[in-house]
Amino acid sequence: MTETDLVIIGAGPAGMAAALAARARGVGRILVLERNGFYGGILNQCIHNGFGLHYFGEELTGPEYAERFSTELASAAVDVHLDTMVLSVSPDRQVEYIGPKTGYQVVSAKAVILATGCRERTRGQISIPGTRPAGVLTAGAAQRYVNLDGYQIGRRIIVLGSGDIGLIMARRLTLEGAEVVAVVELMPYSSGLTRNIRQCLDDFDIPLLLSHTITEIRGKHRVEQVTVAAVDADRKPLPGSETRFDVDTVLLSVGLIPENELAKGAGIELDPVTGGPIVSDRMETSVPGIFACGNAVQVHDLVDYVSAEGRRAGDHAADLLLNEPAAKEDLISLTATGDITYVVPQQIRQSSLSAGIDIFLRVKRPLPGGGVITVCADGTPILRFRRKHLNPGEMERLTLPHQVMSQQTAASFSISVEAP
Amino acid sequence: MIDLICICCPEGCRLQVDPDHDYAVTGNRCPRGETYGREEVISPVRIVTSTVRLTSETVPRLPVKTDRPVPKSVMFQVMDEINRVVLNPPVRLGQPVISDVAGTGADVVATRTVTA
Repeated sequence: MTETDLVIIGAGPAGMAAALAARARGVGRILVLERNGFYGGILNQCIHNGFGLHYFGEELTGPEYAERFSTELASAAVDVHLDTMVLSVSPDRQVEYIGPKTGYQVVSAKAVILATGCRERTRGQISIPGTRPAGVLTAGAAQRYVNLDGYQIGRRIIVLGSGDIGLIMARRLTLEGAEVVAVVELMPYSSGLTRNIRQCLDDFDIPLLLSHTITEIRGKHRVEQVTVAAVDADRKPLPGSETRFDVDTVLLSVGLIPENELAKGAGIELDPVTGGPIVSDRMETSVPGIFACGNAVQVHDLVDYVSAEGRRAGDHAADLLLNEPAAKEDLISLTATGDITYVVPQQIRQSSLSAGIDIFLRVKRPLPGGGVITVCADGTPILRFRRKHLNPGEMERLTLPHQVMSQQTAASFSISVEAP
Repeated sequence: MIDLICICCPEGCRLQVDPDHDYAVTGNRCPRGETYGREEVISPVRIVTSTVRLTSETVPRLPVKTDRPVPKSVMFQVMDEINRVVLNPPVRLGQPVISDVAGTGADVVATRTVTA
């Protein structure tokens, strides 16, 4: 068994930022393991623009954003193995992997960063009745076939779910000559970014059917027809509201879940809401020395924040490796309550209070008139943030300022939201 | 007053454009929003992104974009021209693929580097 300082699993935006940050801090031996044959992960197939406004201050496409990092990473003193699959990570940080050049290997690392991204929910997870013909794809798989491989995936298309990838693909397929008959969303609001409704659907007159769902998919070999019905407040289809659409393709954009198989195998405690590891403000999981970042922790809207989270994980892994290991610290829990779906990080170190803390959260339902987000220390309000609009599709980022946080001696923090 | 959602970045600012007062824009959090709000009402433009064919063993499609926004009304003409292009590697990021696409004055440029 070989030994190394830091193993990073995944060379997408989170993993690349983590590797560069750790290297810049002076970590000696860094090994990055990537399942694909290329750097950049999902960014390669996200050929649309809108990336990098926060991180680089300019608007880039996914491949351009990826190339900024991959060029730097290729010239940094970091070992990257492509086409390499990690099989397991043990609680004592032995990483088992296999690749075409290396064969089967086990490496023992002083620190590990999980940057494994997320995956799509599939038809099996949402149980649409009907036959099982070809032509039912997840939106991300369709994006890969179209943008990386150059296939035409269908001519008349319906999209179920209004997540961002579904919206982006509705536009993309329309531009490539397909007809997108509708985007169907179960909830009374879209889970996608408002700008994507505007530029992907409205620009092309693609109808968005809110509070609707697909109740049946029909077709022998290929999709031939789907039935769409309106749903009631309990999301149950309303009899008599059915409409049939003749389509050859159904795209599913019904949510993303963090890839957490390796985390589970390592015995890392997961957050039941995010589906990713519970992390502290330094992106460390419940297993000492194993960090996590990016979509493996929470599904982000913006890659810019993924890069920032990757960099934070890389920085803190470097701290652990280069400095005297800090004495075991008490962690203060940060809990989402009421209409807040989740908050990341879920734990704050006592020593971080003096530095101020960036947190991310989502709300459970749209608050079109905005809302006031309140942070409480042991139940007593200590901070309030006003937001003009709050939407489950748009992640909120808050900085808890050090001026206030450094005064705190609470055993727990909680966060809630109310309409103003 | 015309209500718009800014599409310049994922913030999605809610803009208000006043056509009676020289298309004055409010609700924007950055200067791009002001330009967008005004243009969107007077003459809407978009960046078009797509891919072109590449004669590479490993990378079959090259991602491309218009290097500046083009009128919304010519997006499909831009796509027609993009769909006729076949390129041989190597290609470098930013390399022009089509100049003055659809008479817009914009170039279509490569958005990644492909060495072989």
